[in-house]
Amino acid sequence: MAALGRHRGLPLQTKVIIMKSFTILSGIAAPMDRANVDTDMIIPKQFLKSIKRTGFGKNLFDELRYLDEGKPDQSCEGRPINPNFPLNFPRYKNASVLLARENFGCGSSREHAPWALDDYGFRCVIAPSFADIFFNNCFKNGLLPIVLDEKIVDQLFTEMYVAEGYQLTIDLAAQTVKTPSDQSLSFEIDEFRKHCLLNGLDDIGLTLEHADKIRAYEAKKRIEAPWLFDMVK
Amino acid sequence: MQGIEDPVSLIQVQTLDDNCDEFGIVEFKINDSRQGIVHVIGPETGACLPGMTVVCGDSHTATNGALGALAHGIGTSEVEHVMATQCLVAKKMKNMLIKVEGKLGLGVTSKDVVLAIIAKIGTAGGTGYAMEFGGQVFRDMSMEGRMTVCNMAIEAGARAGMVAVDQTTIDYVKGRTYSPKGDLWEKAVTNWKNYVSDEGAHFDAIIEMDGAQIKPQVSWGTSPEMVVSVEDKVPDPAQEKDPVKQKDMIRALQYMGLQPNQPITSIYVDRVFIGSCTNSRVEDIRAAAQVVKGKKKAASVKEAIVVPGSGAVKAEAEAEGLHQIFIDAGIEWREPGCSMCLAMNADKLGAGEHCASTSNRNFEGRQGYGGRTHLVSPAMAAAAAIAGHFVDVRKFN
Repeated sequence: MAALGRHRGLPLQTKVIIMKSFTILSGIAAPMDRANVDTDMIIPKQFLKSIKRTGFGKNLFDELRYLDEGKPDQSCEGRPINPNFPLNFPRYKNASVLLARENFGCGSSREHAPWALDDYGFRCVIAPSFADIFFNNCFKNGLLPIVLDEKIVDQLFTEMYVAEGYQLTIDLAAQTVKTPSDQSLSFEIDEFRKHCLLNGLDDIGLTLEHADKIRAYEAKKRIEAPWLFDMVK
Repeated sequence: MQGIEDPVSLIQVQTLDDNCDEFGIVEFKINDSRQGIVHVIGPETGACLPGMTVVCGDSHTATNGALGALAHGIGTSEVEHVMATQCLVAKKMKNMLIKVEGKLGLGVTSKDVVLAIIAKIGTAGGTGYAMEFGGQVFRDMSMEGRMTVCNMAIEAGARAGMVAVDQTTIDYVKGRTYSPKGDLWEKAVTNWKNYVSDEGAHFDAIIEMDGAQIKPQVSWGTSPEMVVSVEDKVPDPAQEKDPVKQKDMIRALQYMGLQPNQPITSIYVDRVFIGSCTNSRVEDIRAAAQVVKGKKKAASVKEAIVVPGSGAVKAEAEAEGLHQIFIDAGIEWREPGCSMCLAMNADKLGAGEHCASTSNRNFEGRQGYGGRTHLVSPAMAAAAAIAGHFVDVRKFN
């Protein structure tokens, strides 16, 4: 266990870095109509070697979107498009809400999955359930994962397939999803996460406001479990 | 490092080296004999200990829970948060007890146990939970076996899996490079003995299974819950009542190039991979070597590779002469690393190729574009390499 801020470059100032905020979103919904969509499917592993956080959008769902094998650092212009993959349909162009099925985002902890969704233009994913790590990672990137009852998600899928240009309005402060027929669906969200998203707060800054408590905990731990300190040199 | 041909990979490795140097972080660099897969190195060096909270930017961090630690994967932003603040904002997870009593049959391994658990509860069965693996099967299991089980907790949806500290844990930790010594050791052991669930502790969910009923497992689909025993047949989507699941099954069978009701033992393999953070420890390599000894790889198998999880595992296996058993059988003995588990280097499957793999994920494209992964234990993978198709390792000689 390293001491808090021991290394250079880690001053204990309480600076709240601003990330992208999320307030109200009105956007076209697009389908990802299968259960257990895994992180390798969201962004295949050959693209994970980049040390950047941006530019993954063109390879989102790469193996489903294109008919050939995607390679890193390759332009996607001119690659053969899978005409049967919904995101390639003109009606879902510029979609910002992704409708998905249960256990969306299972698999890897790599944040490239939310980065790719965000970079493509999605700001919100609605599903009956999400994998834990993916769910956490979304909030760090201004991407809102919304859990709605399976039956309701089913209804949204049906409505979306019927009506071209199907648009959903998400109001984070009110915790509602509004359908084109003005049906208002409420969703649950952790208060702290909601606060951070609404205000675009980065939680490193917020945590460092408690630096005294962290230091006190570490001092106590040093007495209780001294073998944990300075063990790896 | 000059050996890394891919410029993107080279930049990644160089950046890691530079950042570790700049911030004074101990790193086992690429030519260090101790280097290997992080979830193999942590326990084997004693850097991960009972009672610790261990996080790492990889979902298989749960492996370290075998030590009686709370260990789970986190994303890049959370890694940054830990580096900057030494802590994480976390919500208490729910508790799930997976209780497997009885004795495992001969030839049935920790990998079969965890695959059977995932088949039972599904890939989302543990979402929101931390799992404790309890019962006679886990008490009898070696530390390396427990690591295999905890490793795949995430494949059942649980971020963390763990096994209570017992004498097996303490014996394992003792004498490792970074584990406490002398007076500190005594003090630590006294503390570690507290890392057990209280008698009658409350669990939000309890799953009970009979270890004696578990058979060698083989995955047939594109999700780790799509698993049956080697005695079974590939399931028939026509029998599935849930329409979403049925659609997934049809798609999985299409991707895998399999027919409903086809016996598992009729699936031929093109490649065999023994390795990964799930199954690359010395016991795994011993189990594979025992099956392979004196036999030859089937001519129809294009490539079979054994990839030890760390430099230490490699050295230990070589000291026992295990590498020679593989080489004599026509199976490659490789340098430590992740290799074919996730196809981020040149080790990958070609489109349509079937692989008997001891790794943890059979997602579409995971081991290579169009590749078809079958998750199995090291002994089952070794038997498939010899036979050319899946065989019941309990009857294989």
